[in-house]
Amino acid sequence: MGEIKLMKGNEAIAEAFIRAGVDGYFGYPITPQSEIIEYLMSEEPHKRTGMVVLQAESEVAAINMVYGAACTGKKTVTTSSSPGVSLMQEGLSYIAGSEVPCVVVNVVRGGPGLGTIQPSQADYFQSTKGGGHGDYHLIVLAPSSVQEMVDFVPWAFDLAYKYRNPVMIQSDGVIGQMMEKVELFEQMPRLTNQEIKDKYDDWALTGRTPGREHNVITSLDLVPERQEKFNHKLEAKYKIIEQTEVKYEKIMCDDADYIFVAYGSSSRICQKSIAIAREQGLKVGLFRPITLYPFPYKEIMEMVPQLKGVLTVEMSLGQMVEDVRLATEFKVPVEHYGRVGGMIPTPEEIVDALKTKIIGG
Amino acid sequence: MAELKLEDIIKEENKVFSKTPLFTDKPLSYCPGCGHGVAHRLVLEVIEEMNITDNVIGVAPVGCSVLSYEFMNIDMAEAAHGRATAMATGIKRVYPEKFVFTYQGDGDLAAIGTGETIHTCNRGENIVIIFINNGIYGMTGGQMAPTTIPAMKTSTSPYGRDTQMMGNPLKMTELVAQLDGTCFVARHAVHTPVLVRKTKKAIRKAFEYQKAKKGTAFVEIVSNCNSGWKLTPLQSIKWLEDNMLPYYNLGTLKEDPLD
Repeated sequence: MGEIKLMKGNEAIAEAFIRAGVDGYFGYPITPQSEIIEYLMSEEPHKRTGMVVLQAESEVAAINMVYGAACTGKKTVTTSSSPGVSLMQEGLSYIAGSEVPCVVVNVVRGGPGLGTIQPSQADYFQSTKGGGHGDYHLIVLAPSSVQEMVDFVPWAFDLAYKYRNPVMIQSDGVIGQMMEKVELFEQMPRLTNQEIKDKYDDWALTGRTPGREHNVITSLDLVPERQEKFNHKLEAKYKIIEQTEVKYEKIMCDDADYIFVAYGSSSRICQKSIAIAREQGLKVGLFRPITLYPFPYKEIMEMVPQLKGVLTVEMSLGQMVEDVRLATEFKVPVEHYGRVGGMIPTPEEIVDALKTKIIGG
Repeated sequence: MAELKLEDIIKEENKVFSKTPLFTDKPLSYCPGCGHGVAHRLVLEVIEEMNITDNVIGVAPVGCSVLSYEFMNIDMAEAAHGRATAMATGIKRVYPEKFVFTYQGDGDLAAIGTGETIHTCNRGENIVIIFINNGIYGMTGGQMAPTTIPAMKTSTSPYGRDTQMMGNPLKMTELVAQLDGTCFVARHAVHTPVLVRKTKKAIRKAFEYQKAKKGTAFVEIVSNCNSGWKLTPLQSIKWLEDNMLPYYNLGTLKEDPLD
């Protein structure tokens, strides 16, 4: 049993970075996630593990510091919130395009523009469909509790290195700011320079080891035949990710006539909505995508025969609902319910929406 | 006297110059007459002479030198336009035992990457910045750069840079010399053998500052862009001497003690 603490989501994920043996954190303060860099600075992880923490001059600089550090094979992470993550999109495209592993956390707030500092889930399109320019995907994980903010950190790094691909932990202002009981995993050691050379010397910038060719990290290829081949290589990688890395959770789905599809904090609210609906005699379950990319299309499709309708619940005007409609191939009614602008739906509102949009619709 | 044959000439003892070993065998993509090739060679020679080949990581971003990694036989990253010093910061912070340098043009370092450049220098990141200033965007076909001098013609200042309308040239080297984080700031050129030697000395010194962990070492190289300037290589050197150097004075702007 690991150490148990009562922690804010933002503080918990910061502690998880240190314990996961991260080598470098580069970030820029932005609400509602500034506690992450504040926690890291106050913890002085350079004394605990040797981990570097640097406050950059902008999110643009931060993601490029991550890009640089991650090029060396070292475990590197940044965190931000929606407007800051928009600034990072160029860098993420380069990182994906040069197949460099790193982890990025988005504690989502409402937009567009400066929007609001309150929670939102309106960055779904940006996170799962590319975000920056070119054909690429981030692997996107959606925690729904403070515990998962912690547990997803080592998982995110495993995926990042397994596929040499940037991984995003897409949280939101609710999970970042709320306090919950959390069990922390034991300190993992940082890799030594020799261990990094042993593991990643076939691609990482470790200084040209005698006997090997020089390593180059680039996303550029001016020869179209080669660039096309590279794009297909990425495509093949994404196919494998889609086939093997889908994660989801089903709650009370076995006998369900209706399901909510919701992730992150919305899925927490939906759990209460299920209880209310079932008290009223409605057989309702929850399907929670844990990986937003790869999205559980197949697993949602498999539920279609038993369903009379699906309500997606997101703190957006309806983004994930498009993927759920793709998954169900329009064979059952799929509607969206969401609050936006930093407003959070109540469990009762969600049940009412199920009744008006699906059952009575 | 017997006829002199080619094999009599090609002998080790007659050799006065050879390819710098750290160059790959790939032909340079630079226009004949351009200073980039010499600047590349100097950086590679310094790395070789300091015996740090397996301990150096270079970053070259978008610009004419974007393909540097094809010519420099060392571990290298290609950065997004303007972001080289941020990448170099990341590398150096997690790998302080490595020598890290950037190799950037004027559009990259002094326009789109001005913020990164200033903050990297101001933090005193322990890296070397090589800054090629030819007053023009070479790779994209000769547009105005932040360092284009007044009245200079480019494809986006076809009647000459009108400072009233287009703003003033930016003297980045003077600017970063003001910052507490820089330890060595110098401006050199590579269009004569004497200047080449001076530039090499400065690059070596810059790496020595990094070795001594003194902060950011910044070496500007005022270079020609005969293609972009629409001149022959020789004309471009004359133009550089007559126009660029009076505006961008050569010399050492800052030199902290190197103990």
